[in-house]
Amino acid sequence: MSRLPVRKTYKLFVGGTFPRSESGRTYEAEGQNVAHASRKDVRDAVVAARKAFAGWAGTAAYNRGQVLYRLAEMMEARADNLAAVCSGRDEVDAAVDRVVWYAGWADKLAQVLGSSNPVSGPYFNFTVPEPTGVVAILAPDEPALGGLVSRLAPALVGGNAVVAVASETHPLAAIELAEAIATSDVPAGVVNILTGFRAELGPILAGHMDVNAIDVTGAGDDTADLERAAAANVKRVARGSADSQSPWEIASFLEMKTVWHPVGQ
Amino acid sequence: MTDVRQRTSPLEWEYAPAPEARDIVKFQERYGLFIGGELVEPRSKEWFPTISPATEEQLAEVALAGAEDVDAAVGAARNAFENGWSTLRPAERAKYLYRIARLLQERSRELAVAESLNGGKPIKESRDVDVPLAAAHFFYYAGWADKLEYAFPNRRPAPLGVAGQIIPWNFPLLMLAWKIAPALAAGNTVVLKPAETTPLTALIFADVCRQAELPAGVVNIITGDGSTGAHLVRHRGLDKIAFTGSTEVGKAIQRELAGTGTRLTLELGGKAANIVFDDCALDQAIEGIVNGIYFNQGHVCCAGSRLLVQEPIAELLIAKLKRRLETLRLGDPLDKNTDIGAINSRAQLERIRELVASGEEEGAEIYQPPCVLPEKGYWFAPTVFTNVAQSYRIAQEEIFGPVLSVLTFRTPDEAIEKANNTAYGLSAGVWTEKGSRILCMAQRLRAGVVWANTFNRFDPASPFGGYKESGFGREGGRHGLEPYLRFEE
Repeated sequence: MSRLPVRKTYKLFVGGTFPRSESGRTYEAEGQNVAHASRKDVRDAVVAARKAFAGWAGTAAYNRGQVLYRLAEMMEARADNLAAVCSGRDEVDAAVDRVVWYAGWADKLAQVLGSSNPVSGPYFNFTVPEPTGVVAILAPDEPALGGLVSRLAPALVGGNAVVAVASETHPLAAIELAEAIATSDVPAGVVNILTGFRAELGPILAGHMDVNAIDVTGAGDDTADLERAAAANVKRVARGSADSQSPWEIASFLEMKTVWHPVGQ
Repeated sequence: MTDVRQRTSPLEWEYAPAPEARDIVKFQERYGLFIGGELVEPRSKEWFPTISPATEEQLAEVALAGAEDVDAAVGAARNAFENGWSTLRPAERAKYLYRIARLLQERSRELAVAESLNGGKPIKESRDVDVPLAAAHFFYYAGWADKLEYAFPNRRPAPLGVAGQIIPWNFPLLMLAWKIAPALAAGNTVVLKPAETTPLTALIFADVCRQAELPAGVVNIITGDGSTGAHLVRHRGLDKIAFTGSTEVGKAIQRELAGTGTRLTLELGGKAANIVFDDCALDQAIEGIVNGIYFNQGHVCCAGSRLLVQEPIAELLIAKLKRRLETLRLGDPLDKNTDIGAINSRAQLERIRELVASGEEEGAEIYQPPCVLPEKGYWFAPTVFTNVAQSYRIAQEEIFGPVLSVLTFRTPDEAIEKANNTAYGLSAGVWTEKGSRILCMAQRLRAGVVWANTFNRFDPASPFGGYKESGFGREGGRHGLEPYLRFEE
């Protein structure tokens, strides 16, 4: 007996839900109709990220690490689905391992990147890393899954909220990843994923006054223009690689706060 | 019996002038550009006068570096980097920095007097804060020069090359030290551009480099105006730009460097909240508020320019603050009694006046203590605004002058909301006797430096820099080395 399969509609991931683009438009990629995000979708995603930021930044580091580890579990559980929309099982395995690796950094960052500072005066002076805020990520086109995960995980583990633009040519992996995120314990709005045209979405994010940092790793020829637009509110600009794994990638999305606490009787 | 109250009444105090001896400084009539280890005539053939803002008298004439001069300076720095400095044993590099630190201490009085003459700041500040801290920065970073692999384990740190550095006029020598000390410790060479109105201590520093026998071209100092800075930023032979100054110029630099791959750090403006809770040690807080906004005539990017007072003590605090303002002594920067010196330039004075006028127009209530301003020079009386709404320009824009805006709050949440309601994020202050509250506020304030029960403290070991539109990158501490290194991990 034949059965008609239930097809998936590829939508955006904003504020923990899967809306269609408000523009009602789609574009074709990898043989599928994928949501074609608009300026309004970008704005909605930034609003969702800003709303989620304080809670995520305030989550205990140990807890944040566990949430990310849970994401790795969800990805592993969907390994076959993910493998079907990227280069294959090896890319999925590496991506899962990378999330586990970054998860372990959550409660070690402050020890590795922070310091206590011996000032000349009656103060206990210390420096701690804090998340930058809302981070925009332009994911590299390839690897479809590995590229996004490599840029997303370091921003997340530091406590930032993210608006990511998926690979334009291979967006399905990003949507599949969004489904893993939605079923993990990552709070709604902490990760928002848009599909569409980078040349349209990148400048909107780069010039957005409520985005604190932008990762232009996947921006290609538009990098210089985006960096220029990013100056509007002195955004931090990260230029990384599509396949790196380093605590210094986390540091790109951190601020160092120094506190002078009085010492006295 | 003497009436104690009368004797200690602030208005009864009088001070005899106690001027610091000026003849410890002998300025040249004219200073060339410090390029390749010597003062040279500018290829631009242009010169401009540098004055004392307290008297408007000319102190010297300095060169105005043009594009060719900038190119020559970058060339000299590149040459020094490639032919010696980058391969010098780090322990030897450290010793040059120690020498510089020692020379700054030895010439500290001369530098302090020069700083106060050229910049208008009170001698007690240049003598007790600017110059000792500048020396301390060289001492601190000297020790890092041969220990970089311990600061960044497993990262194989290496110098970037040539750094272009642009500094402001509010702490001329200290900002020079913040820039040059970590750059040199990390193995870079530099081209430094002092501010247009305050070039003289940088030129004395050039002489310190000569005395220290620092190899030619490791430090180059090019004086000039905004056009000189623009030439430096546009020069493609630099590996890094470090800028301290206004947010507006910082954004222009960030735009200019887009796509070039030149490394950038920015230390920009601020509109710091100084938050005073009702359980604080009030008299101590008053001193901190005064230090927070009137230190260096308020020409401080991290100045506590927005005072947030908890409502129950607002009336008492404002009364005490006004009384304290009456005791501030404004006048000759070289007088050891002076608390408030001259405004750095006519342009800055006009900006302060414009913003203060906007505060009055928007409906804030102004208070200035009785205060005689000298006839010559640029002066502005210490000013407090009450009845300030968050939307007023004086609550949003950086004034960079001795002007305090007072707002009130009821709960810690409201204080945080108001404190963070700004595009800036450089610094903040918290006054309370409750330690747990200090740490809670420190956590929630979006600012790079938080002072508790103190304000405007600086130390070479303590990282300094902003969140949001106050810039990125840190100066001071181990973190201050990072902007001057690349990593071959």
